Amino acid sequence: MRIPLSWIREYASISDTITAEEIALALVGVGFEVEGIEYQGKDISGPVVVGRVLKIEEITEFKKAIRWVELDCGESSTRSVICGASNFAANDLVLVALPGAVLSGNFVIGQRQTYGKVSDGMICSSRELGIGEDHSGILVLPANSAALGFDAIELLEINDVIFDIAVNPDRGYALSLRGMAREVATALGVEFTDPVHAIKTDIFATTGKGIVPKIDDSTGVSVICIRTLDHFDPKAESPLWMRRRIEKCGMRSISLAVDVTNYVMLELGQPLHAFDRARIEGSLHIRRAGKTKIFTTLDGQERKLFVEDLLVADDGKALALAGTMGGADSEVGITTSSLVIEAARFDPISIAKNARRHKLSTEASRRFERGVDPSLAEYASARAASLLISYGGATHVDSQRDGEPRYSPIVELDPHFIATLTGADISLDQVREKLILVGCDIEEKCASLWRVDPPSWRSDLLTQADLVEEVARLVGYDAIPSLLPAHPLSPGLTIFQRRIRILAQLLVDRGLVEVHNYPFTSAKTLKEMGYKGERASAFRIANPLSEDAPLLRTHLIPGLIETAARNISRGARDFGLFEIGTIFRNITSPNAIENPPTDRRPSQKTIDQIYAGVPSQPIHVGGVLIGNAQSEDWRGRGRDYDWNDAIEFAESILLACHIPWTIQRSDFAPWHPGRCAELLVHGKVIAHAGELHPRVVAAFGLPMRSCAFVVNLSSIPEHQTLTAPTVGTMPVAVQDIALIVDHAVTSAQVVQALKDGAGEMLESVVLFDRYDKIGEGKISLAYTLTFRAPDRTLTGVEISKMREAAVDAARIKLGATLRSA
Amino acid sequence: MVSEQTLQQWVNEAVGAISSASDLDELKSARLAHSGDKSPIAGASRSLGSVPPEDRAQFGKLIGDARGTVSLALEARKEVLEALRDEKVLLEEVVDVTLPSARVHRGGLHPITILKNEICDFFIAQGYGVAEGPELEAEWLNFDALNIHADHPARTMQDTFFVEPLEARLVLRTHTSPVQIRTMLENEPPIYVICPGRTFRADELDATHTPVFSQVEGLVVDRGITMANLKGTLDLFARKMFGDEAITRLRPSFFPFTEPSAEVDVFFNGGWIEWGGCGMVNPRVLVACGIDPAEYSGFAFGMGLERTLMVRHGITDLRDIVEGDLRFSRAFGVGL
Repeated sequence: MRIPLSWIREYASISDTITAEEIALALVGVGFEVEGIEYQGKDISGPVVVGRVLKIEEITEFKKAIRWVELDCGESSTRSVICGASNFAANDLVLVALPGAVLSGNFVIGQRQTYGKVSDGMICSSRELGIGEDHSGILVLPANSAALGFDAIELLEINDVIFDIAVNPDRGYALSLRGMAREVATALGVEFTDPVHAIKTDIFATTGKGIVPKIDDSTGVSVICIRTLDHFDPKAESPLWMRRRIEKCGMRSISLAVDVTNYVMLELGQPLHAFDRARIEGSLHIRRAGKTKIFTTLDGQERKLFVEDLLVADDGKALALAGTMGGADSEVGITTSSLVIEAARFDPISIAKNARRHKLSTEASRRFERGVDPSLAEYASARAASLLISYGGATHVDSQRDGEPRYSPIVELDPHFIATLTGADISLDQVREKLILVGCDIEEKCASLWRVDPPSWRSDLLTQADLVEEVARLVGYDAIPSLLPAHPLSPGLTIFQRRIRILAQLLVDRGLVEVHNYPFTSAKTLKEMGYKGERASAFRIANPLSEDAPLLRTHLIPGLIETAARNISRGARDFGLFEIGTIFRNITSPNAIENPPTDRRPSQKTIDQIYAGVPSQPIHVGGVLIGNAQSEDWRGRGRDYDWNDAIEFAESILLACHIPWTIQRSDFAPWHPGRCAELLVHGKVIAHAGELHPRVVAAFGLPMRSCAFVVNLSSIPEHQTLTAPTVGTMPVAVQDIALIVDHAVTSAQVVQALKDGAGEMLESVVLFDRYDKIGEGKISLAYTLTFRAPDRTLTGVEISKMREAAVDAARIKLGATLRSA
Repeated sequence: MVSEQTLQQWVNEAVGAISSASDLDELKSARLAHSGDKSPIAGASRSLGSVPPEDRAQFGKLIGDARGTVSLALEARKEVLEALRDEKVLLEEVVDVTLPSARVHRGGLHPITILKNEICDFFIAQGYGVAEGPELEAEWLNFDALNIHADHPARTMQDTFFVEPLEARLVLRTHTSPVQIRTMLENEPPIYVICPGRTFRADELDATHTPVFSQVEGLVVDRGITMANLKGTLDLFARKMFGDEAITRLRPSFFPFTEPSAEVDVFFNGGWIEWGGCGMVNPRVLVACGIDPAEYSGFAFGMGLERTLMVRHGITDLRDIVEGDLRFSRAFGVGL
């Protein structure tokens, strides 16, 4: 909210020696964020005076239409100026900058030769005076609003400070000068005068001759006040001071009737609405829309109403979307002479819903949503009526009310609780003083029980904790000491958390770079990847930022591929990326959930239902490998990443977790159907790795033969505490063998057979050669077998026997034959 | 029989030739000439048999001493000349040690991961556990239980991503606070946890906004917890993040889940930086989780990891953190 310092001063006795910065700092201290301080008119100096237009001569010989204007500025003689605007007529009051004046933007005014004339000053626009953005024409004052030659800087209160203050959603009262001036006064410790005290309500009688309000739905409103006025002059203009204040607060001056409602809203915080009485048939009802289907608001929008919308209506039709926006039909117009001023205390939630359903956040709805002082309906409507009588010539016809203001309940407070919860040394005297400053009435039942009655404008003060905040912020949060709580024992990281941390480190050590991708994807991408089943079942975001990616990812690979492509487009060639992140699969049909109340812990059954309604979201690690594993450089040619590297990454993750696995070929999208491995733990597939499908690689612009791996970290079982190995110190015996097998036999099968056959003394099996050009669908696999006994040197006979047993096992299980030298 | 003087002269000649040998070849020649089979000393040694028996012992000793002296001289010189030879040969094998050494690519952790690890370690040392929870979360845990009522603006589709079907009441969590709720529902106080994780809000990506970001929140619920404890914890945390000079400031603010509430500012690099939010856990939140506010009180705080990173490392565009450019993460290395 924008608030002018000149207006605050009217209610808070601020000394002239206090600077705007000091006021801002004090506001921050009590919890109001000052987003900006605007020094209006700081760069403007006179003379700028009020002048009357005497004569206008249109000059047409130039490209642009120009006026030669003769002015009476209250001087001994008239003066003439050149003016490019045309929004004024003879007799209008305008503001004239005389030679020597400096206007906004260091614009120095002098006597100057232009368009063949000597222009002796300038007629000013709002922007040139630094009081507004309007530069479409010059500023025309209301008739008879000022004497000729009067200093415009003083007249328009141009020199002012405007604070732009962010008001938290619990402090509706602060969206007004009344509320902010109170806060400023409290923060500075100066006297505050409540503007409400100056408002007279008893001068307006209930006569029964005006419109009568009727609350049909008491859930939507507690009290409504209606004042009917007559003989209003629709041509009456708003006084200059009112226009200026409205503009300084960031609103526009429109007409006297509208300006008065806005002015009183800014002053007190109570939104008001002025209706044209001639458009109201019968009474003024507050009701839900129900069967009323269509309503046109005064912005000209025809709106489809929701059954629950709260309306102001007459006996037949809707007149306003309550607390949000009035209707086009009942708007005060240029001929309106009979007015109805409405001020109500609407229910915040009803208005919040009105505004939300119609995407219509207005000055009124913002205030009602945050809670308006229930006592204000009476005072604000009276204040508006008085202003319309004073400035619009209106007469009072009738004042009516329905309902009663509802105030917040009394809060029972143990005043010691303030010091207990804050940990600050705050005395009971301070608690009393601060609560009274806030506006509370206190009945001290005993030392440990005060009955605190919050002021009418503080509907947010409902609990002891709320009162703690009030006292603490006024004492100052700086008064709270800094003390660490007693030191408990930490459980440390869980096994899973430790794993994630170490695996990330492991992949980085192996040259991969970690990325965090957005978990959003599209149906098109899922299709391009070739996903089926679980990975084709994605959750859909109801309100995605973009229809390009409305789904939640079911697999990490698409995001990694997209990020790899982005890096390639920025010039990267050889690299590996990985991500550790959550994936989402829509595989359990979600149940409808009712949100339980929060005034107590829900039953365990309800909690279990809520938990069960949240789909399980496993954590995966995925990586993509692009280009060279080892770059070509001064040592010679590089080496491409290949399917085998991807598998090694997946295996190294399982190895690090001390989990044994088996490996087999797999046909799994988006991998190359002939170059993809799946890794199984306890018979369950938990990883895939290999070369990406050439079609996928091409679709996303990655180099051919790019590779990828994914491991489901959530599926890796926890491992037992390791048993340390026995380190053998006896000599090793090394034997090389070459086996010929059918090409369909896998290396994993051969290794397993060799291990089974050779027995426990076989320490390692290493494939050192693979030859696939021997024909007849056969391949040769050559292994180095290393044997060691724990307790002795193996004899030649023992070694030969083990070696033969290994070869026999491969022969029997896989049809392997020993390749002759 | 050769005289002692002659023998001494031969020894002198041999030692002279050995010490003047300038390389191993010359040394070999000197060895053959002065201690080889054809050398005078070897000849004298062979003549031992013809020496009269009464002189034989003394002559034998003289010969032995002579051979020993020559042999020692040979060994000493050989050691010197071999060292010289090695030095020369190894010098010829010199390399340019400044040639690039990297064989595998240089990897890098995402800086958000590094920061998260650092924060976890800090709080673990302060006695906290690390609690995590799902990103796709129940609306009740993300909002209702945190005293964010059904009509709160944060719950509109403008701010929060809802997932279909709407009646399942699932949202992409807007903060890690639902993890706090889960922790309170599943555990009895005392509770000391931090909740790091990814969070989501319906903001378009630009230099200062991202729909997906990271937070770390802290929650303490125990007997006698005060705002002073909150302040003490934040002061220490700020110094850990921003250096020993960092000081904090609490400004009164509003959050539905804390009362009193405050914004936390940190004085860093000559100015106040808005760092996060905090407050004393609203008794309504404790009640919704079945914790008696008459017995326990608590504090909570929350910071954006991206914001912390940007302030600390001078990052001006949030997109660098989210776009996954290798050059960005690589610069942060393994996190030291």
